[in-house]
Amino acid sequence: MAASDTTTSDATIALDVFRYRPEQEDEPEMQRYEVPYQKDWVVLDALNYIKDEIDGTLSFRWSCRMGVCGSCGMMVNGEPILTCAAFLRNYYPNPIRVEPLNYFPVIRDLVINMEDFLQKLDDVKAWLVPKEEKPVSEGEYLQTPAQLAQYKQFSMCINCMLCYAACPIYGQHPNFIGPAAIALAQRYNNDSRDDGNAEREEVIFSHEGIWECTLVGECTQVCPKNVDPAGAIQQAKVSHTTDFLKSVLMPWGKRQK
Amino acid sequence: MGSYQTDEYDIVIVGGGGAGLRAAIAIGEENPNLSIGVVSKIYPMRSHTVSAEGGAAAVIKPNDSIDDHIYDTISGADWMADQDAVELFVNEAPNEMIQLEHWGCPWSREPDGTVAVRPFGGMKTERTWFAADKTGFHMLHTLFQTALKFKNVTRYDEWFATKLLVHDGRCQGVAAIELRTGQLRAIAGRAVILSTGGAGRIFPFTTNAAVKSGDGMAMAYRAGVPLKDMEFVQYHPTGLPGTGILITEASRGEGGILVNKEGYRYLQDYDLGQPIDVTDPKHPQKRTMELGPRDRLSQAFIKEREQGRTIDGPYGDFVHLDVRHLGQKKIDKKIPFVRELCRNYVGIDPVHELIPVRPVVHYMMGGVHTNTDGATPLPGLFAAGECACVSINGANRLGSNSLTELLVFGARAARAAVQFAQKNDSIALEEIHAQAEVEQQRIREQFFQPSGGKETLAGLRTEMTNTMELGAGIYRSEDSLRKTCETIRNLKARFAHVELTDHSLTFNTELTTALELEYMLDVAEALAFSALARTESRGSHQRADYPTRDDERFLKHSLAYQTDGEPRIEYLDVAITRWPPGERVYGSK
Repeated sequence: MAASDTTTSDATIALDVFRYRPEQEDEPEMQRYEVPYQKDWVVLDALNYIKDEIDGTLSFRWSCRMGVCGSCGMMVNGEPILTCAAFLRNYYPNPIRVEPLNYFPVIRDLVINMEDFLQKLDDVKAWLVPKEEKPVSEGEYLQTPAQLAQYKQFSMCINCMLCYAACPIYGQHPNFIGPAAIALAQRYNNDSRDDGNAEREEVIFSHEGIWECTLVGECTQVCPKNVDPAGAIQQAKVSHTTDFLKSVLMPWGKRQK
Repeated sequence: MGSYQTDEYDIVIVGGGGAGLRAAIAIGEENPNLSIGVVSKIYPMRSHTVSAEGGAAAVIKPNDSIDDHIYDTISGADWMADQDAVELFVNEAPNEMIQLEHWGCPWSREPDGTVAVRPFGGMKTERTWFAADKTGFHMLHTLFQTALKFKNVTRYDEWFATKLLVHDGRCQGVAAIELRTGQLRAIAGRAVILSTGGAGRIFPFTTNAAVKSGDGMAMAYRAGVPLKDMEFVQYHPTGLPGTGILITEASRGEGGILVNKEGYRYLQDYDLGQPIDVTDPKHPQKRTMELGPRDRLSQAFIKEREQGRTIDGPYGDFVHLDVRHLGQKKIDKKIPFVRELCRNYVGIDPVHELIPVRPVVHYMMGGVHTNTDGATPLPGLFAAGECACVSINGANRLGSNSLTELLVFGARAARAAVQFAQKNDSIALEEIHAQAEVEQQRIREQFFQPSGGKETLAGLRTEMTNTMELGAGIYRSEDSLRKTCETIRNLKARFAHVELTDHSLTFNTELTTALELEYMLDVAEALAFSALARTESRGSHQRADYPTRDDERFLKHSLAYQTDGEPRIEYLDVAITRWPPGERVYGSK
């Protein structure tokens, strides 16, 4: 919640907000709200102002308001963005259009259904499959800063779903594993402690969507944490192609990570 | 609200943050045949553990010792921590941290591949493990992703728990509303673990996420379980004005300094030792100046403000945190999130500019009364993490102990809950189901029937947070606390006159906001009355009218019990083993 004791002026800004309550409305509609314009407010502050002062029925998700919990991603003027990081001053004096993230079913208002992603996270085995099992009493696995750097970027994903909302392939093929889940799979594939590559690859390439993914990288452009899912997808493709050639050329060879 | 059924598990965990997920994994590993339900009002990886930045303490390096970690924790706690609990905690901490490493947590490393550590406030020796300055984020995602492996875990994501279901003197489940459908269901368990986090949102200015509304504390309190040491509230000395966003203590651990409006390192005037130049290789000195404990640093800010040496800003007074001398390379490597937050939310670059900071409510030392196994006085109910009070944090938590705490005590509570569940096999399903029906009725009547009430949620919430800050802030007095106690009682009465505008069953966040406010008012009540009763100053609890520590009368934990009227406050001796109460000495050796 932003402190509201620093009114800069009486200026206001309009928010056109997507409303949909399945019990009351057959079709979504846009509703306009006028909120005070404060130059250090973000869109999330404006939504909270609406909820507290104008219309208690507006529903949306939020929590940390510091860009790390991943709850408050929405389409703002058609772009997927974390609303806790979308400053009103970047849109003022024009009205701001706030809608739920693209390509996801809407539960209500700005709340999307993201169960599909959670299932995909499970499918790609986004956890460490240890290369060697050793008891805790033997201490940590050694990992040099260079080895850490191999996967660190992909580990920064906050599951905010902006990349899915930006992904034209996901829009057409909901079965496509998609940017964040592939980045997280690749996060473990690139981890020096991990040996789960083969199992994950099977899932990632189970849908042809991955081959339609071009180098445009909408996902990477909208990622608020610089994860570069497009880079992860390219890595996965290259690795898969190499593995495929290996298995064709050396059918006797043990598949290696 | 819609029709419902009753689900049944061996163990039900309420809260899917660090402590809850650690507990779920511990049960999964202990016995894959046990069924586990994890009820969380948000998707687990959204939990507030995600916001922890600086790190997690555990002895791992040869220059450190178990005894030093124990001593730092106990002296940091102003001798209010139970020493048997601290000893056990410190001893189990390293294995828990290594375990997390084995699950893939991306700890920052030394060149030789071993985990790296950094110094934090109040520490004799550097022992804070870190993943740059997103330690909580990486720990939470590692735990969440690891928990996905366990197919005996059933997640109730976005289910809002409203009540503990108790029958025959045993906690046997929880009533919870599925946000997507509005249905209320009894989720029964042979044992229940609360891991719902703290309650920083009862204050106006906090590092805490919106979800930190003390749900588990209030549910336990209503079920007759005492809340322990609620008067001890940690103000973190460095939050961003306005938003309250946390600037990690690691920024000082890496060498950042605090200066007042004259550019003077004011902490030297508050019994925290003498500064040495930032270019001196010995800087920053441990347990000294900027690496003093959080309570003392936050109190020093208030004294500086009284002297008129803080800076006046649109969101109140502040001082400056200066990290410029660390240089861009070190800032980007060790505290990149600090830079990101400053750029995004203050519009400054700490590589070149001073960071405005002020004390901000950060952590509840108090919580649901438990023993070292996480067991509460109510059979079948366990608690771990910030919502619990074991106590290892006493009157002031040592920075970087909380992340470790949720691992150690999450796992311990899980193992104890498993044992309890095996001995108490029966669940009174019919009675539990009937209780959930009554709970559904209560919510329907209280929030969905027109009452003509004119109170608003935002209005009551603002009054609550303001009175907490005014009367129960860093410095309190009988006068200020009495007013706050009275205001909170009054707000509780007025809460009955709240009328919701949203009567929808689908994702009704006005309803959850109301239920959260109701929880917060209970927690605020326990806190204010506990603070009023403690007529001494200790750690984070500073009474202007009783400025000294009084071991004779108050080397005791407070226990607040809910009654029909004001809470009843009882006391329990602090467990003292090898470390007799002494003076807290910082700065000079």
